[in-house]
Amino acid sequence: MKYVDEFRDPRLIQRAADEIRTLAASDRQFRIMEVCGGHTHAIYRFGLDTLLPSNVELIHGPGCPVCVLPMGRLDAGLSLAADHGAIFTAFGDVMRVPGRGGTPLQHKARGTDVRMVYSPLDALEIARQEPKRHVVFFAIGFETTAPSTALTIRRAQDLDVRNFSVLSNHVTILPAIKAVLDSPDMRLDGFIGPGHVSTVIGSRPYEFIARYYRKPVVVTGFEPLDLLQGIAMLLRQMREGRVTVENQYARVVADDGNAAALRALDEVFELRTFFEWRGLGFISQSALKIRERYATWDAERRFNVPAIEVTDPVAAQCGEVLKGALKPHQCKLFGRECTPERPVGALMVSSEGACAAYFGRAARQGAAASLAAAGASR
Amino acid sequence: MTARTLESDARGGIPRTATFRDPQIEMAHGAGGKATRRLVETLIAPILLDRAAQLGDAAVIDVGRQVVAMTADAFVVQPLTFPGGSIGTLAVHGTVNDLAVSGAVPKALLVTFVLEAGLPGDILEAEVRAIAQAAQHAGVVIVGGDTKVVEHGKADGMYVTTAGIGIPDPRACLSASAVAPGDRILLSGPIGDHGVTVLLARGQVALDAELRSDTRSVWPLVNRMLAAAGAGVRWMRDPTRGGVATALNELAQDTGLAIALYEEDVPVREEVRGVSEILGLDPLHIANEGQFLAVVAPDYADVAVAALRATPGGEQAAIVGEMREQPTGTVIACSSYGTTRVIDMLVGDPLPRIC
Repeated sequence: MKYVDEFRDPRLIQRAADEIRTLAASDRQFRIMEVCGGHTHAIYRFGLDTLLPSNVELIHGPGCPVCVLPMGRLDAGLSLAADHGAIFTAFGDVMRVPGRGGTPLQHKARGTDVRMVYSPLDALEIARQEPKRHVVFFAIGFETTAPSTALTIRRAQDLDVRNFSVLSNHVTILPAIKAVLDSPDMRLDGFIGPGHVSTVIGSRPYEFIARYYRKPVVVTGFEPLDLLQGIAMLLRQMREGRVTVENQYARVVADDGNAAALRALDEVFELRTFFEWRGLGFISQSALKIRERYATWDAERRFNVPAIEVTDPVAAQCGEVLKGALKPHQCKLFGRECTPERPVGALMVSSEGACAAYFGRAARQGAAASLAAAGASR
Repeated sequence: MTARTLESDARGGIPRTATFRDPQIEMAHGAGGKATRRLVETLIAPILLDRAAQLGDAAVIDVGRQVVAMTADAFVVQPLTFPGGSIGTLAVHGTVNDLAVSGAVPKALLVTFVLEAGLPGDILEAEVRAIAQAAQHAGVVIVGGDTKVVEHGKADGMYVTTAGIGIPDPRACLSASAVAPGDRILLSGPIGDHGVTVLLARGQVALDAELRSDTRSVWPLVNRMLAAAGAGVRWMRDPTRGGVATALNELAQDTGLAIALYEEDVPVREEVRGVSEILGLDPLHIANEGQFLAVVAPDYADVAVAALRATPGGEQAAIVGEMREQPTGTVIACSSYGTTRVIDMLVGDPLPRIC
């Protein structure tokens, strides 16, 4: 498979791992945060953490859209289906996120009209096919998915589809990174910059991290070789005493991002004053709401969406894990009350969430040792 | 799943301690993964099955002087037809394959239809003909069945169930308790074709791929493998819902052993890999309807693979892993660049109804 196989070549991967070991050879600890949930997923999917020396530690950041979605927003979205007879549509990722009254899938099992879509355009298409029903698209994601929501709203306007609206939970990545950097428990040495978000916003917006916080950033792709190269580039900066923003993912990410996508975002969305992030609390200027001129397609304006505040279970320590202050397995609920099948916190829901990715790791570490002893590693 | 009642196994048996606490039935309970296993093991089996029964693909029972294998399967796939097959062909192959991987020669089927009022007659006729043709191909006779009709809106066109009977093949001496560390894991061919084909046939994803469901009887392959290496074959399973990952996890849990899976040796077509990459699915969790996994003693493994590869439709058969002692009950994928990861059972329901 082009653009995939060459980045999974065992020899190149070994070479990159060797380079990391050389660069990291010292008695200090390197704490690197991968901001993006896609990276967290890839690291565990390919077992890349097992290739790193013990003094290079990866910390999973807040870039998992499902993980930072506050429970109250989901309840508000589902209430549109329950109270207004709307069809609730969302990406598959949202379907297993627990709200106060259960997950969207549990609502569906009880008869609520919940439908999984692969794109917001699919939700618009449902609205066109069922003109007597109202269709709400429950939009989540960072700058990666927000442009497709923007284009869908514009298309709804062009086609004059009025039985369709969007409940926007879109968030922006930079305030989240800033919140992590400003957190008193912050002990990070560098960032693996998000690959997909950067295809839209480019690599320049991260420059404040290097300039003001003096932490290096490398925007990185998602294949095993990408990630190892990104880590090596960070370590090289630290070794050479440089602090700058570099782009490992130049085959996809341009320094200035995607102008057309940015224009669409700006035309349809504006920044909210405040938005709640699950585990991180309220962050100012961190989320996107639909502009007045598209009010017809804004579920919040049309339905007076209730502002439901739901506190997470007291014992859940999602916030500390999200900020990198706790490792997933150090949470009191991890692996007991909270498992991928019965998640309490959202970090356990998505395969991009730190806890779900971490689940089974302990077993694997034991496994790796015994397999190596048995000569099974190939 | 059905019970093997003749086999007594000190390690196995159905666990009685857990109780089913899920408040309601959800789609995940039918997806073939963890929730399905919990439903069967903690609610259905404890009430209905004998305490010594083992969960497997078919029950082996003694009727008078004859030992027979019995199984049943239900089909609710949407859409009813897709490239490479339809609900009718699946209904035959699903039951035939459950018998085949239980080491039984498939002999006869009963077919039951639940039809929705409003179903066009020609669609039903096409499915009945598909069943007849698939049965003839698979060498089984249809000996009866039942028909029910429900109101419009109460079923998606049609549901089909089949029950099958087979004769245990004397060359097969399957027993999960005989599976030992060092045994090899064989896979009959490329995985994920069925699940991805059905997903694309639903038309909800704007992707095109030249793919066909792998729905077929696996008996010709099983037959050749038993002929060549029957004494070394210890366990077989067709990895349908929940995919290879779920079938291997069940094996690991049932035997109390570990499985090292050589992920890069698992055959996966480019199209299936591509669609999986784009949609974030793992081919190991995607359903198959014409493949099987086998555990074979190390001395017999090469002969067994050679026999499969020499059989039409088995050209891509491969050794994809081996049994290990530790860590018990776990499936570990090993990559060629030295990393490992735990392969879990399917959690939830990644795909719409696929069989």
